[in-house]
Amino acid sequence: MSDITSQSLFELKSNIKEKKLSSEEITKAFINRAEKSKKLNVYVTDNFEKAIDQSKKFDSNPNLDFKLPGIPIAVKDLFCTNGVRTTAGSKILNNFVPTYESTVTQNLWSQGAILLGKLNCDEFAMGSSNETSFFGNVQNPVGENLVPGGSSGGSSAAVAANLTPVTIGTDTGGSIRQPASFTGTVGLKPTYGSCSRYGIVAFASSLDQAGPMTKNVRDCSMLLEVISSFDQKDSTSIDYKRNSYSKELSKDIKGKKIGIPKEYRVDNMPDEIEQLWKNGILYAKDCGAEIIDISLPHTNYALPTYYIVAPAEASSNLARYDGVKYGFRSPGQNLIEMYEKTRSEGFGDEVKRRIMIGTYVLSSGYYDAYYLKAQKVRQLIKKDFDDAFSKVDAILTPSTPSSAFKIGEKTNDPVSMYLNDIFTVPINLAGLPGISIPAGKDKNNYPLGLQVIGKPFDEQNILNISYALEDKINFKNDISDWWLSE
Amino acid sequence: MSKNSEYLIERENKQYEVIIGLEVHAQVTSESKLFSQSSTKFGAEPNTQVSLVDAAFPGMLPVINEFCIEQAIKTGIGLKAKINKKSVFDRKNYFYADLPQGYQISQYKYPIVGEGKVILDMPNGQKEIGIERLHLEQDAGKSIHDIDPNNTLVDLNRSGVALMEIVSKPDLRSPDEVNVYIKKLRSIMRYLGTCDGNMQEGSLRADVNVSVRLKGETEFGTRCEIKNVNSIKFMQMAIISEANRQIDLLEEGKEIDQETRLFDTKRNETRSMRSKEDAHDYRYFPDPDLLPLEISQELIEKIKLDIPELPDEKKKRFIDKFNLSPYEATILVSDIETSNFFEEVIKNSDVKLATNWITGELFAVLNEKNLEISQSPVSAKNLSKLINLIKDGTISGKIAKTVFEQMIDGDQDPLIIVKEKGLKQESDPKAIEELINKVIENNSDKVAEYKSGKDKLFGFFVGQAMKESKGKGNPQLINKILKEKLNG
Repeated sequence: MSDITSQSLFELKSNIKEKKLSSEEITKAFINRAEKSKKLNVYVTDNFEKAIDQSKKFDSNPNLDFKLPGIPIAVKDLFCTNGVRTTAGSKILNNFVPTYESTVTQNLWSQGAILLGKLNCDEFAMGSSNETSFFGNVQNPVGENLVPGGSSGGSSAAVAANLTPVTIGTDTGGSIRQPASFTGTVGLKPTYGSCSRYGIVAFASSLDQAGPMTKNVRDCSMLLEVISSFDQKDSTSIDYKRNSYSKELSKDIKGKKIGIPKEYRVDNMPDEIEQLWKNGILYAKDCGAEIIDISLPHTNYALPTYYIVAPAEASSNLARYDGVKYGFRSPGQNLIEMYEKTRSEGFGDEVKRRIMIGTYVLSSGYYDAYYLKAQKVRQLIKKDFDDAFSKVDAILTPSTPSSAFKIGEKTNDPVSMYLNDIFTVPINLAGLPGISIPAGKDKNNYPLGLQVIGKPFDEQNILNISYALEDKINFKNDISDWWLSE
Repeated sequence: MSKNSEYLIERENKQYEVIIGLEVHAQVTSESKLFSQSSTKFGAEPNTQVSLVDAAFPGMLPVINEFCIEQAIKTGIGLKAKINKKSVFDRKNYFYADLPQGYQISQYKYPIVGEGKVILDMPNGQKEIGIERLHLEQDAGKSIHDIDPNNTLVDLNRSGVALMEIVSKPDLRSPDEVNVYIKKLRSIMRYLGTCDGNMQEGSLRADVNVSVRLKGETEFGTRCEIKNVNSIKFMQMAIISEANRQIDLLEEGKEIDQETRLFDTKRNETRSMRSKEDAHDYRYFPDPDLLPLEISQELIEKIKLDIPELPDEKKKRFIDKFNLSPYEATILVSDIETSNFFEEVIKNSDVKLATNWITGELFAVLNEKNLEISQSPVSAKNLSKLINLIKDGTISGKIAKTVFEQMIDGDQDPLIIVKEKGLKQESDPKAIEELINKVIENNSDKVAEYKSGKDKLFGFFVGQAMKESKGKGNPQLINKILKEKLNG
């Protein structure tokens, strides 16, 4: 048996079912490794003591019918967890302990999983490098001083570094897929409305979706099966028949039509990304898929549209952090002064930037020119996909225009940082499911990902395509454990 | 409306007309709030009716209370208004300590109810007031500034309670019309059970828009909005004061600034709250946590089946069926409890007498004791018994008043009172004749005077006979027999 922490979810499950490993052994193994991995800074808050208690409790009366029997899982610190501090990576929620549980995490615990702790992320999920977190940047296990992507950077790093078997992140414009791509892991953003947003600290309500982040596609299918559910507590949750994704997972994608959008060949895209994409196309053909050139004409407008819609919603969603009811408060002589000090000191620069952009685009006199127009363009982007999906079953693109960059490299250049999400934001704007799978490496040996985009609620199809491609690509993340301390 | 009833404010040969539009905020009658399951009960301990959603905890999401939607549709139907099949909830963004989300969920561009109307019964005829729209929104919490000397305290019990904002067209022209309009609106909503209209508890408040113009002018003047006035009396005072302020400005050749004002009830004047330039930019946008609200025709039809007979229709029926005057009918239908009481009384008794007794004696008692008809000390059942005693001649109208006074004390049965006190009217001609004989015997001098032509003394004899009967003598019979005896 290989080292516990390097095992996949399915391996751990079968070892538990066959009584080869106890939940306690597994939980302790991950905790031990975490204790030696502080350099990566993946944890904002750990739950190790309680996790060990819960693993013992599980072992005393194990329910092996659970889909996640006694499996310890760390989650992004954007999910509210009952009794465990939830910060959203922000100073303003530094002392916030929810008295309630998000639906998505509740779904994990209801299937036997155990909370290991809360993973670092960009402040309020605003960022592409995990550098906006109040709790400091996260190291990418792939290489020292590399960003792990963002905003689910703690999550991607934790999976890649074997600090959690699987995890869940949230994706508003690429926050699951881009960090997955940067760390050589698998990340899926489900169709908008698949996973409940109840209990997830909101960034941009019309775009936010929770999703699985795993070592491989099969684990991803299982985790999606657990977290995807209809929830009456979220008015945008959609009631539809969800597949048993892991059971129905198949590598048979013969005859599937896969679209290649010409607009994703952006200027200055590195050759290695172009090559990665070509390889992906070849593998898909190898699997019997049919490759079809398609056009998504409004792709160019996706990023500017996203950077109007998302900040607009965020500016309003973050208004509740005002020092009145909970969280950080900086006292003032009067209400206005208390607001100003609390929000000036409580929020970081990137969050403030987006609140200001959002406030601006919603202001009287600018609303029509920005927000309303962006909503119209959003409809056009969605229509591009609708048209494309009348011809193809899925779309294949690179996940990101580059591999992981150095910590600090882009912190003073927000636009260059935003460009990282160029291939992922259109999918959020259109509400579609998208998955990033590791597909190759660049000249520095840093991982690169391919993205498979599906029709609404067609997660099974993109999982199957990814499963087939994964097999052909046979990606191996070579991570040297360089950060481990004794 | 006839010319002489116009409400005009005079200034040196000039007459100004006052133009008024109201934005009424009516609390929806509902067990729970618009987007959460917290209770809406009035008067609870501060912050005991607050859910995580109401207090805007991270990750909490609004879920629409369908009952409140139905209440809004019902009200729309009552206002003869268009129900919009598709409406949208927007966020109205502003910061305040009692607004936990930092925005109020309201309806901006697409309200649930469109244009409708309300008919006013004015002394000189009916007047139609247009309704511009009705939309649903959340109430804010309450900031309390006068308990702690150093801090403002916040009570979130009201936070998230459903309100209907009912916006009238600028069709109102006088404080009297405003009075009748608010009462009519309240009456309709109480008939429908969609708002209890309780102004003391803040269930009904209004923003009052006022402008003035010279009589005969067709363009509207610049308007000012007086925020959050919570009684009809204050609305009327605020309108008069504000209209005069505006006219004074115009008379001085000054311009009126469009602004939001507050009414100072102690000084009886409005003062500026913020100018148009300082107006909040609420940055309205559709709430991404809520899908557009879609209402099916089936739901509207289902709700229509639940609509009771409303005041206008009821009034017509009372006039047609019971032969009431429009005035009487208006009073009796003005609120649903009164009309229910009336209909209960007339089930078993005379309509004319019932009308007189309810609008006369009963209303006087309610007024005096400051009671609602639902708290009436005399039940409909006992009042109808009393009316029957009058109708069948068992007691006179005068005795009935004595009986009524006793009934008030614990809703006593008039039959028992009459029996116990022996108040039954004496209608036996022989008995009456006997007591008249006695009166004539005892007053032979007066009889002589009468017979010699002093006709006025007839009243004296009636009085004496009544006194002799201890007030129970049938007055008609006494009259008749006395005449026979004295003139015979």
